[in-house]
Amino acid sequence: MPEHQLDPTKWVDAYADYLYNYTIVKVNDHEVAQDLISETFLAGLKSAKRFKGEATERTWLISILKRKIIDHYRRKNSKKGKAEVHIDYRDEDSEGEWLEERVRDPFDRTAEDTMENEELGEAILKCLDTLSDKHATIFRMKTIDNFDTEAICNEFEITPSNLWVIIHRARTAMAKCLENSWL
Amino acid sequence: MSIFLKCEEANIICDKNQYKEASFWDSVKLNIHLIYCKFCRQYSARNNRLTKLFKKSTIKTMPSDYKTAMKERLRQEMTK
Repeated sequence: MPEHQLDPTKWVDAYADYLYNYTIVKVNDHEVAQDLISETFLAGLKSAKRFKGEATERTWLISILKRKIIDHYRRKNSKKGKAEVHIDYRDEDSEGEWLEERVRDPFDRTAEDTMENEELGEAILKCLDTLSDKHATIFRMKTIDNFDTEAICNEFEITPSNLWVIIHRARTAMAKCLENSWL
Repeated sequence: MSIFLKCEEANIICDKNQYKEASFWDSVKLNIHLIYCKFCRQYSARNNRLTKLFKKSTIKTMPSDYKTAMKERLRQEMTK
């Protein structure tokens, strides 16, 4: 019996947000990200027989997704008929600017910030996993998707005071989970 | 109605505050409570940090209609 098993019926609920955040940083386009993830799930389904159970589902799906992202960039390059690295000039006037002038600015922390944000997003999603499904969904809708209190109450048929108790428990749990490394 | 809150009430108002949904009067009562309650001050500080963390993370969730469609697609593929 392998250590890990696949359960494709749970994939979307369990990993879609995680993979989405992972992809969006790399491709910077919502539609492309969604397509890539959908391709990843379908490819995963096709090659499920070859899953040996040595890695977790999450790791396994990420490894498929990585290949899909690389393929996406290859396709994008070959469409333009050139496979070399593109340098887009920021504006017409700067055409012909020396590459040396474009080296990394040591005071520009964008790359580090992006990486840190990616890790933070990952940590948040992992902590969300530790909540019960209902609490996690309600908390997510309220905090990340910014839904109205009323809309959430209607969807789950709960009163606003129920909602706030759930939010309170979720926030306490999230704070506790993120405390050591982030808060 | 007393201007002194119980800790549970104060915490809920603090939560509402994170989403800017606490009424003005509630915020006043919360601030009075925080003057003398050390535990709620701690909770409040932690809660504010959590909110900042979420703002900083730029985390996004996949639109739910897309998720539903994807689930349906997977389900169809599995029955093939």
